[in-house]
Amino acid sequence: MYVAVKGGERAIDNAHAWLAEERRGDTAIAALSIAQIREQLKLSVDRVMAEGSLYDPDLAALAIKQARGDLIEAIFLIRAYRTTLPRFGSSLPVETARMAVIRRISATYRDLPGGQVLGPTFDYTHRLLDFALAAEGLDVVEAPSANPEGLDNVPHVMGFLNRESLIEAPGAGDEVPPDLTRNPLQLPANRALRLQALARGDEGFLLSLAYSTQRGYGNTHAFVGELRIGQVTVEAELPELGFAIEIGEIELSECETVNQFGGSKSEPPQFTRGYGLVFGQSERKALSMSLVDRALRWKELGESHSPAPARDEEFVLSHCDNIQATGFLEHIKLPHYVDFQSELELVRRLRAAAITPSGKEE
Amino acid sequence: MSAMSLQTETSPPGFTTDERRTWMGLLARSRPDSLANLLPEPLPEHQDLRAPEVGTMMVQGRTDASGAPFSLGEITVTRATLHLPCGTTGHALVQGRDRAHARRAALIDALMQTPEASRIRERILTPLTKAETDRRQARAAKAAATRVEFFTLVRGEDK
Repeated sequence: MYVAVKGGERAIDNAHAWLAEERRGDTAIAALSIAQIREQLKLSVDRVMAEGSLYDPDLAALAIKQARGDLIEAIFLIRAYRTTLPRFGSSLPVETARMAVIRRISATYRDLPGGQVLGPTFDYTHRLLDFALAAEGLDVVEAPSANPEGLDNVPHVMGFLNRESLIEAPGAGDEVPPDLTRNPLQLPANRALRLQALARGDEGFLLSLAYSTQRGYGNTHAFVGELRIGQVTVEAELPELGFAIEIGEIELSECETVNQFGGSKSEPPQFTRGYGLVFGQSERKALSMSLVDRALRWKELGESHSPAPARDEEFVLSHCDNIQATGFLEHIKLPHYVDFQSELELVRRLRAAAITPSGKEE
Repeated sequence: MSAMSLQTETSPPGFTTDERRTWMGLLARSRPDSLANLLPEPLPEHQDLRAPEVGTMMVQGRTDASGAPFSLGEITVTRATLHLPCGTTGHALVQGRDRAHARRAALIDALMQTPEASRIRERILTPLTKAETDRRQARAAKAAATRVEFFTLVRGEDK
């Protein structure tokens, strides 16, 4: 029986009022500005943009503020906002070969044109808490500069392997890629659709899956051929003008892995590729994405079937979106009074039937 | 899209399509506040053909960096189309959600097609280009300072 439940409006209003107060925290402490979040919590902003699948640092910073720093809640806000905007079209594919790199490393070659550029990395820090940061009014010393020669056009490392045909050709596909924000995800998914789902997928989920492949659940033997972070320009056709213009500049993290491949009857032994591309500065996510991308390619590479979570396309793609996941997970805390009532009735009846009229259990 | 039909335009003499692409790109990438400083209110007279409108573009990446395109995620953009009293049309498609940014970019695009061009270039485009170049060079120089110098590596610039 369905029982309409009304009421609770005042409780909800008051809960939201309290939420707003708690969000602000102690009013004796200055409020955070959007610009402060954007500039000083940049990696949180980047994660919200990547998984919110909308590049707009100010919006992401606002979402983080509104969500009290809960990044999945902030991603939810961004996804919801995105649906209110009209889609004007698609950009031309961004050319990461022309990226203005601030970081570019390779684990496969030491000496490369352009060099190994560490950029503003946490690597090699000692992971010791820096109590100096707790002091206020600390002056920042400007980072050193050097001659940027060769950094304006840094070639992709994979190009070196490609020239010798030691690695498979870059992934081919349709000129107009699928878009799961327009058409729901359908399985089996082609690589373009998988890459879109992974690019907006939950970093923690992809990290664990990638880690599982390293530990033997669908081995990929990945080497980081190249990891690069930097700005790329976004170009789009203006239909009114009939030519493409640059419409903006975004920061991307890109990872290309080189993976073992034994060859097959039709193909001589060759390395294979895994690819990761993520909005903002997020090399953990880019690395994870490239390992999971490679693991998901087992079928098209003619590898034998071995069950592993990271190789299971349906498992990975259906569960990597943290907004879908949190929506379904969290709905169970909403009122299920009627559902539960029916279960309660059922258990009572089963128990009554299990007990004989004499009162003895059978 | 608005109901009006916008015809494909060809660039009139005086500038090339490449030149126009360059200034439109520069305006799209510029910071809204820098542009507002360079072209403050009141703005030169103009009439909206398509008032500034906020939306998104799907940014495409390339599989394996150089292969087939895939949908990476969206970017917020604002577009605007307007014309000057002389009838010259200006377009803009700029990053972000700042309507005034798109309006100014479209206005400058229109003015650059008129005899005002050299004045606009000197007062607005040149400072914008310089600011952007400086910003990019500063980051590239800092990145270069983090380039690993392996002791076995010999480079031309080493003395």
